[in-house]
Amino acid sequence: MSSPASKQIDSATLWGGKISPLSISYGKLMMWFFLVSDALTFGGLLASLGFAKFSNPENIAAWPAGEQVFTHMPFLHGPDDVYPLLYVALMTFILIVSSVTMVLAVEAGHRMDKRGVIKWLTLTVVGGLIFLGSQVWEWSTFIAGPDGNLSTWNDNATLQHNVYGGEYEPIVDSHGHTIGTDVKSYGPTLYADFFFFITGFHGFHVFTGVLFNIIILLNVFKGTYEKRGHYEMVEKVGLYWHFIDLVWVFVFTFFYLV
Amino acid sequence: MVRDDIIEYSLDAHHSEEEGEKIRKKIWKVTAILSIITLVEVLVGAFYPKEVAGSAWEFIKWGYIILTVIKAGYIVMVFMHLGEERKTFKMMIIIPYIIFILYLIFHLSNEGISVGDTWNTFRH
Repeated sequence: MSSPASKQIDSATLWGGKISPLSISYGKLMMWFFLVSDALTFGGLLASLGFAKFSNPENIAAWPAGEQVFTHMPFLHGPDDVYPLLYVALMTFILIVSSVTMVLAVEAGHRMDKRGVIKWLTLTVVGGLIFLGSQVWEWSTFIAGPDGNLSTWNDNATLQHNVYGGEYEPIVDSHGHTIGTDVKSYGPTLYADFFFFITGFHGFHVFTGVLFNIIILLNVFKGTYEKRGHYEMVEKVGLYWHFIDLVWVFVFTFFYLV
Repeated sequence: MVRDDIIEYSLDAHHSEEEGEKIRKKIWKVTAILSIITLVEVLVGAFYPKEVAGSAWEFIKWGYIILTVIKAGYIVMVFMHLGEERKTFKMMIIIPYIIFILYLIFHLSNEGISVGDTWNTFRH
């Protein structure tokens, strides 16, 4: 490989100053440090999810089974339309593919292939937007109900078959009259807290990642990196984008599989 | 004024057409591996869930976790090019993370189980 790290430099020169002993540029180094700290944040969140589950025996019993968390598909509202894991698997696949297009953009940048970078980076942005849209649909399906606050369609077949939903609790006034129904949506509240916080925090990372990718793409269009002589900026946002995929791999396992 | 505090080093952010060919081949290979692992996870999750698996569930659960770590390894080492960096840098990134995260997981699971036992004992 052409990576600078593969070059043989004797350690006296390497650690003697006037050269990066890690053969890595400042920007990339700092991006890596940031990603390590961000990975610790996500690691802490997922570990505390485990803590919450195992610290209360009632939680272990009430915690939904991974593959049952989300079993819906767009446009299919029938009572038999239960597809464990399928939708989330598609989301995962979209994110992996967008990670691949990103690494191809980085590779094209190394060859100073401006058209290649534009092509692959655009596809990465599109993949990120599709993932975000998918997550919006997933969330709105969770939140929406027949009388939900956020209704996506009227004949909501979703919550009736949702592990969190479909349980209607009558709202009773002080005279004992039933004045309406309330959808009890999310099973153990603690689980929903973790679910929405962690997938939301990841979704926010995807959102900022798409934003960064768009900014870099505009610069590529303008020819900023052509002028600079290298496409290292694409590599840096690439690191961030791969990190998002990396986090999703773990979120997928700990929310939807185990 | 000439500044002597700026460390100069080559970015080396270039490779040739032939090298690119090789790198692209590797990328597609890793893509296939990641897709296959995900497919296996999804198929097992969909057709062999916890209530069907019964006592085999513990193995499946750890299988998922191992597959996840393998996927993460491919993403970090190939897609993020950490595998091609200098060994010092690799260790700088990986070792602190592993130490901190194992520490955290150990304490949270340990405490979680202990708190759970306490609940069980004193609930009634």
